Amino acid sequence: MNARIAAAARPLAALVLAAAIISLVLIALGASPVAVAADLWQGAFGNWLATTDTLVKATPLVFTGLAIAIAFQGSLWNIGADGQLIIGAMAAGALGTALGGWPHPLAIIAMLTAGAAGGASWGGLAGWLRARREVNEVISTIMLNFVAAQVLSWAVHGPLMEPSHALPQSVVIAPSAQLAFYFEPSRLNLGMTVALLFAVVCHLGLFHSAAGFELRALGRNRRASAFFGIPIRRLTVLAMALSGALAGLGGAVQVSAITHRLFETMSPGWGYEAIAVALVARLNPLAIVPAAIVFGALDNGSQAMQRADAVSPVLVNVIQGMVIMILIAFDAMATTGMRTALFGLAGDARPSADAVAGAGDA
Amino acid sequence: MLEAFLASTIAMATPILLAALGELIVERSGVLNIGIEGAMLAGAFFGLTATWFSGSLALGLLASCAAAVAFNALLAVLVVNLAVNQVVAGTAIDILALGLTGVFYRRFFGLTGSAFTITPMRTIALGPLARIPLIGTALFDQSALVYLAFALVPSIAFVISHTRYGLELRAAGERPEAADALGLGVYRLRWQALMIAGVLSGLAGAFLTLTYTNTFIEGISAGRGYVALSVVIVGRWNAWGVAAASLLFGAAMALQFGLQAVGTAVPYQFFLALPYVLTIVVLAFMGGQADAPSALGSPYLRS
Repeated sequence: MNARIAAAARPLAALVLAAAIISLVLIALGASPVAVAADLWQGAFGNWLATTDTLVKATPLVFTGLAIAIAFQGSLWNIGADGQLIIGAMAAGALGTALGGWPHPLAIIAMLTAGAAGGASWGGLAGWLRARREVNEVISTIMLNFVAAQVLSWAVHGPLMEPSHALPQSVVIAPSAQLAFYFEPSRLNLGMTVALLFAVVCHLGLFHSAAGFELRALGRNRRASAFFGIPIRRLTVLAMALSGALAGLGGAVQVSAITHRLFETMSPGWGYEAIAVALVARLNPLAIVPAAIVFGALDNGSQAMQRADAVSPVLVNVIQGMVIMILIAFDAMATTGMRTALFGLAGDARPSADAVAGAGDA
Repeated sequence: MLEAFLASTIAMATPILLAALGELIVERSGVLNIGIEGAMLAGAFFGLTATWFSGSLALGLLASCAAAVAFNALLAVLVVNLAVNQVVAGTAIDILALGLTGVFYRRFFGLTGSAFTITPMRTIALGPLARIPLIGTALFDQSALVYLAFALVPSIAFVISHTRYGLELRAAGERPEAADALGLGVYRLRWQALMIAGVLSGLAGAFLTLTYTNTFIEGISAGRGYVALSVVIVGRWNAWGVAAASLLFGAAMALQFGLQAVGTAVPYQFFLALPYVLTIVVLAFMGGQADAPSALGSPYLRS
């Protein structure tokens, strides 16, 4: 039990240490860390509207975070949630313009289905390449991110471009396909509710189903899984498709609730940020939600920080990168003991998914 | 036309080749360095910054290498000493480099970047070779970095296959336990490999900002580091193969300039996506990782 508490506390410790290091960077840049922190907080939680927008910004991160968690649990290193989200958004955005006469609930279900299918195709392709062609999924998913960005660019400059051709963007989706805001002027919408629902579904699937057990077994020991008759290839394709579907859902929700149309920059890097989210959440679907809110708050607050302190919002990337590094370093030290970890010795190499899930403590 | 295409092929292939040769050494030692994109980006930014402040290209090159080496040292602590997951650590390096270069760039050079330019490295014509029709200027009137990149190919091929150091390096990548038992020092070999790769990714970054262009834009590496990763696989972990694959991908990237000049009905996004699609297709038909170093990507803890 102690080890579990320690494993849960390490993400917090990593966040604190990252904040300390970033304070030094800010001082080097001639900005005040205290002012930056205050403005970040003000921008993220300063008032009711800011707080609800933090939740809105966290929504795609819940979906992509779940996508990463599912894949990483199977030691499938999906770096392509960004591309999967983009293809999902494209599928939903293209379909959404044609849902004019549809009843609202059906139109929304169609949008989400299209998004999930789009993302699943992109993730499933990488899974198939891994399972059948032995193509490293790290490389293929990164490459597919770049391809997705170009496909989207082509679509909004070409077949999906609005008829006036004024801007590279698509037509606004039908009103029936748009998710309404709960409490205007807040942009809070059904999206976060759907995200919560999927977090619960993923949790049950991962920890309380045979398929989830097989996936986690695959993640911990591929060779032993094969020995015990787990269908590795099928599971690889399925898990990557499912991972892609979750990211694609995030894209569909974003189009349906927030942007209502497609343009070239649908994702500010949610697929990469999701890696930080998923690791902080220890690849646990339920913990993805608070982790996504933390990073969503940083994203949201970074706008106010830029206005007040003239510090670029890409500072958020620095925070993400540092949190990931510090966290995996802490995990390694906790597993083997700091001295052993730094100076060698200690037993066999740790199984991969365990190492990033923060489990396997001595 | 052919001359312009050849010239842009070389310009596109050079940074990929430099980075891929470094990655080749790292992978032969058993480490998969996803952070190569970030090291290249850091090299591009800090090299330009140093040249901009000092007016010296030599200092710029030095700063490029130092920055990339620093990022690789950070990675080495994580993946060699702490034996963490190499994919996750490398991705974190990429995210961090994107953030750090962006924050520094916008803080010091604002959003326009118009004033953030330098006089780029000059080309060096190799005497009569440069006057060969059609291919002369494309191949033999290039910057020193281009010559260096291609000169490194036989050198690295020789070192890996025919020297004691190369043998030790391969031992670390194939059978780290056995290498350690023989007292070869797997940690030392992997650290060395990452330091060498740091210098090479730094030069790859320097090529982007000190030679190919004379300025910096955020994310200027634009996936070239990731392409270099694929180049090592397509080149079957062999320096000659890496050189051939770099030229292939360089040509695929150069197509966009050639075909845009000709004027074609094919959307330009197709050409921008081509190198990435090509990577996937080539990998799908190459038949897997059979030639990869056995211990590639698996953390190794001395026991």
